[in-house]
Amino acid sequence: MSQAIRLKTPLSDADVEKLKAGDKVLITGVIYTGRDAAHKRLFDLLKEGKPLPVDLKGQIIYYVGPAPAKPGHVYGSAGPTTSGRMDAYSPKLMEIGLKGMIGKGMRKKEVVEAMKKYKAVYLAATGGAGALLAKSVKKAETVAYEDLGPEAISRLEVVDFPAIVVNDTKGNDLYQQGMKQYAR
Amino acid sequence: MREVNAKQITEVVKKMCIDSNYYLTEDVLRALDEGEKKEESPVGKEVFQQIKENIRIAREEQVAICQDTGLAVLFIDLGQEVHIVGGSFNEAIHEGVRQGYKEGYLRKSSCHPFTRVNTKDNTPAIIHLNLVPGDKIKIVLAPKGGGAENMSTVIMLSPSEGIEGVKNRVVEWVKQSGSNPCPPVVVGVGVGGTFEEVALTAKKALLRPLGQKNPDPQLAAMEEELLTRVNNLGIGPQGLGGRITALAVNVELIPCHIASFPMAVNLNCHAHRHQEAVI
Repeated sequence: MSQAIRLKTPLSDADVEKLKAGDKVLITGVIYTGRDAAHKRLFDLLKEGKPLPVDLKGQIIYYVGPAPAKPGHVYGSAGPTTSGRMDAYSPKLMEIGLKGMIGKGMRKKEVVEAMKKYKAVYLAATGGAGALLAKSVKKAETVAYEDLGPEAISRLEVVDFPAIVVNDTKGNDLYQQGMKQYAR
Repeated sequence: MREVNAKQITEVVKKMCIDSNYYLTEDVLRALDEGEKKEESPVGKEVFQQIKENIRIAREEQVAICQDTGLAVLFIDLGQEVHIVGGSFNEAIHEGVRQGYKEGYLRKSSCHPFTRVNTKDNTPAIIHLNLVPGDKIKIVLAPKGGGAENMSTVIMLSPSEGIEGVKNRVVEWVKQSGSNPCPPVVVGVGVGGTFEEVALTAKKALLRPLGQKNPDPQLAAMEEELLTRVNNLGIGPQGLGGRITALAVNVELIPCHIASFPMAVNLNCHAHRHQEAVI
């Protein structure tokens, strides 16, 4: 595997445009968590023309619902959840400036198209590696929708969070490329 | 009759919830080691290393292997000579789940299907009860995450499709599931029975230790062929491309109606969690 590219959030168009499907990245900075229920709420606010509780411009959303943190731990186990469930909402969020999404699993064609159009990338973290990934979270605080429990939006400060680029801004897809390379 | 106090059941279930989410069993660890050795893709190898490092961290720090600590699915063989005293049998299990998920800092993932409001204590548990001879209670607990469970299916085939029909559907299903169920997966296949029984049969197939073949030679050959075909798909660890898409394919078969040919596929992720206890 190629050397990892260090990404510092927030991200600019130029930051994401240089990424290619298959690139390994290490993310440092602030990322926001959000999964099914939080996405629905954000989407509904945008539909009504109301402001969001967090400014997503240049940001990355991590699709995760963590386990509770044990005393003495910064964050509970926190691996990615299946991204496809957020497909209905993602293009709208990219339209308002979201630059990255971290999850696992395939995205719909419309989402891949939106990544090309609005300059954003989809990154995969290793599903099921929750204890390992939690290690790169140095600080965590809930910033919206506390009532959603594990589905609340949290602001995470991460250092060298490991991920791999699946969909880049050119429409490439590592899932398809990888499968094609190893199919017999 | 042998008396068993409901409190004892609660204690055992509680411990199993925690242990199953912190520690994987030997058969799974062995399958992951073998998978890593066979994997040719550099990215795939790295995924295996991350998975193994994650297992080490979870064990040492006693935290959940995966944040999705699942719904608690229990298979219970209840000896007919057992008399439960001191409370309700079902409630004793739910209480064990309630306490285990709280004290183990495990995620509560149970919610109302429409409102999505969380029940906040991971109950109700999913309980499959079987009455058997004897005076023991055997409990198998398998926490089941949503990502892999969503990639599961029941198909009512036409009997004319035969064994090849089942095999092709399994391969197609794994292919279609791609990266979603967190490969390398374990593939549970149920054949026969009825609409509801075949789903349960596929889930039971997942409980058989990895590396242990079906005793029926025809089914053992089917498992081997399916594992090769699934791994030839190239999906690989996490769907990023590679040789190891599945750690195992386990097939279980039961008789069905002369007009029917049900089959089911229940996928599980590499965090293939299950624990067994006997009271």
